[in-house]
Amino acid sequence: MNRMPAALPSARSRPRRRVFALTFAAALVALLALASGASADLWTPESGGSPNADSIDTLYKIVLAVAAIVFLGVEGVLLYSLIKFRARKDAVAAQIRGNTKLEIGWTIGASIILVVLAVVTFVMLDDIRTPPNSDADGFATDRVEKVANASAYQPIPPNGKAMRVKVNGQQYIWRYSYPDGDDNDLNDVFSYKELVVPTKTTVTLEIAAQDVAHSWWIPKLGGKFDAVPGHLNFTWFKIPKPGVFTGQCAELCGRNHADMIASVRALQPAAFKVWLDGKKREIEAANAIAQKRRSEEAEALKEGAETPAGDAAEAP
Amino acid sequence: MAAVDTAVAVPEITAHNVQPQPRGWVSWVTTTDHKRIGILYLVTTFVFFILGGVEALLMRIQLGAPNNTFLEPQTYNALFTLHGTTMIFLFVVPIMAGFANYFLPLMIGARDMAFPKLNALSYWLLLMGGIVFYMSLFFSPPEAGWTSYAPLTSDAYSSNGGIDAWIFLIHLTGISSLIGAINFYATIANMRAPGMGWGRLPLFVWTVLVYAILLILALPVIAGAVTLLLTDRHFGTGFFDQSAGGDPLLWQHLFWFFGHPEVYIMVLPGFGIISEVLPVFARKPIFGYKAIAAATVVIAFLALLVWAHHMFSTPSPTVVLVFFMISSFLIAIPTGVKLFNWVATLWRGTVEFTTALLFSVGFISVFLIGGITGVFLAVFPVDWQLTDTYFVVAHLHYVLVGGSVFAIFAGIYYWFPKMSGRMLSEGLGKWSFALMYIGFNVTFLIQHTIGLDGMPRRVYEYPDVGNLPLYNLISTVGSFILAAGVGVTVINVVRSLKKGVKAGPDPWKANTLEWFTQSPPPVNNFDVIPRVRSVEPMKDIRRQVAKQTESGGDQSPEPAAKA
Repeated sequence: MNRMPAALPSARSRPRRRVFALTFAAALVALLALASGASADLWTPESGGSPNADSIDTLYKIVLAVAAIVFLGVEGVLLYSLIKFRARKDAVAAQIRGNTKLEIGWTIGASIILVVLAVVTFVMLDDIRTPPNSDADGFATDRVEKVANASAYQPIPPNGKAMRVKVNGQQYIWRYSYPDGDDNDLNDVFSYKELVVPTKTTVTLEIAAQDVAHSWWIPKLGGKFDAVPGHLNFTWFKIPKPGVFTGQCAELCGRNHADMIASVRALQPAAFKVWLDGKKREIEAANAIAQKRRSEEAEALKEGAETPAGDAAEAP
Repeated sequence: MAAVDTAVAVPEITAHNVQPQPRGWVSWVTTTDHKRIGILYLVTTFVFFILGGVEALLMRIQLGAPNNTFLEPQTYNALFTLHGTTMIFLFVVPIMAGFANYFLPLMIGARDMAFPKLNALSYWLLLMGGIVFYMSLFFSPPEAGWTSYAPLTSDAYSSNGGIDAWIFLIHLTGISSLIGAINFYATIANMRAPGMGWGRLPLFVWTVLVYAILLILALPVIAGAVTLLLTDRHFGTGFFDQSAGGDPLLWQHLFWFFGHPEVYIMVLPGFGIISEVLPVFARKPIFGYKAIAAATVVIAFLALLVWAHHMFSTPSPTVVLVFFMISSFLIAIPTGVKLFNWVATLWRGTVEFTTALLFSVGFISVFLIGGITGVFLAVFPVDWQLTDTYFVVAHLHYVLVGGSVFAIFAGIYYWFPKMSGRMLSEGLGKWSFALMYIGFNVTFLIQHTIGLDGMPRRVYEYPDVGNLPLYNLISTVGSFILAAGVGVTVINVVRSLKKGVKAGPDPWKANTLEWFTQSPPPVNNFDVIPRVRSVEPMKDIRRQVAKQTESGGDQSPEPAAKA
């Protein structure tokens, strides 16, 4: 192919450069407008409940800033070409078939942008995935054991201590249980729908599903983590102040998927202790009643078994 | 006739012994003519497009107000399953095959496809797939989304036959596409006009070639996956059942190993249409032909390596997340190169604002947004917030409506004169473009924000919280504007079939060989196949004709049609 390298953008006259400069300036102004918090609702994800959600928000804003420059640049040149180079009577189209330098240039330019984004992501990844320690005045917690054979990354704070909560997705409700360290899961405190947690305390979630796939998501407390049958997924949050955070299942799980609401209520550590102890007593009481009923029923069954039930065939 | 191949002879559009086209429905049902099959494809897929559009409008009505009770949850779930499946398997993929059927042989100077009977089989399998799928409306339509994730699609959670109808559709349309792909590949490889080397292949043909290769690579995977699903559902196997030693994530991997190449299968031929339309109306050669062709091939290669970016929120190891972030970044580079090349094609051209050009430029301006939001989604920690929300819905519609559908409409306006012999109304065309462009952006731009505000996709209702009701209402209004724009084009096509201005063989002064024959082309396409000397054979032919006229040659002064 014949190439006609001479007359490309670099050699254009001044007014055109001015248009470019103006476009670029407009891009910067628009960017500042984006960055201002006033329009946060329109432009950025939810955050403010936990450090990981805040870090994701920051990373998102960096990507948004880069994206805005690329967007305004390309759309600007496109619009300019359409206006400037519309067909006119005396206009003749330049028969340019390409420009190797320019093409190599924008390929490298695009690559550099993406390398920068990748580096930024790696730098921020640790903040997003690895939880900080609980505050000194947080709720007292035990060491978190590493889950064997988990395929997903398991977040554990530097001092190894966090409050573990098991999250179980089921059509169409979330079940939460608080492992108490012994091997018996049946005496663990549990709740449905609302997860109650202490503030200032790192909480790690072990997410599972028991029927179909679901996805755990409280927007202000960080991203989505799918609950997939046969797998464990993990995330964490650390809530500074008491409050209620709502979300919902984010993976289609059936007809009432839209109604599978999740919510997290954060209490002061002391208030949380009261709640947890209360729950524990309720569960112990309920377990005691169930135990009693079970032994009564077993008794009744035994008595029933002793009286012959007219089983003629058994007689030799 | 004998001198046609020599340099001095002026190529003429000749069509000797043209027989009248056979008429009546039997001739359509039994046809093996690539042009008629192409028209069958285009009409059928457009009907499915309208069905899918109606399904979308019903969903938008339901979401127009919070806590709406217009639709039952199961109806809503069935609608988004039908909508997604229809638009992908029965509209975008096969309509590209429709354009390719009609124009690929014409553009490479062939008289038909390599295997005309297989070509007919492709079409009829597609139609049967669509009918089987829509028959499920009469018993129980599928409700698990176009992705049909296990275990929701297992016998235990979806015991009705809708999922089986979906599986049947995947098999039938899959075989249809596979046969079609082999046919396209064989045609391009073997039946090009003399002189048309790989470096002179029209860019639309390049994209169809790569579309065919991707289909051949990706379709067997989904065919295998849905067969495993079928045996899980009915014959007691447990491929996707964790309690039987299977794994639900296996479905996601297999599905997306097909599903992501499918995205490029849907959009690459669109890229090809844009690459044909832009240079014609900018009156300027395409900028960087080789770079665009190479970018197409690179995109296809990378498209096979990015599938798990749909699975960033699943329990997957870090190395998987990182690998698929990087590979998704990489695919942004060739895609960006194409965008830059298109813009550079307009630069210093003389741009004629025909409807086809408007749709192409509209494509560039909105596809850019889809590409950029794709980079957001490739950054996996950011994806954790965005995936499975309306942000993703907005992203994929910017790629597939702003991308594929706008390219399809550019193709309709560009090629309708060749197919029908008549021009579409430019006035109505511009109205259609304006309504579709505005309607599309009103519908989908705000959906980014809806997702950022925490609304997941595939929910039949949402609470009356914050600005969600307002944003959703805006989106619903936009969808009706978009639909009106599509309606204007339908009216335009129907009206122009009878009343359109006669087009003549080459109304646009275009570059490729399909314009070197009558409109519509005769059954055998060309009496004489010209020798190809560049990427723009029609430009050469026009130049030759002009030269001949100047020197007062006795040849026919212009490539006029002679019957």
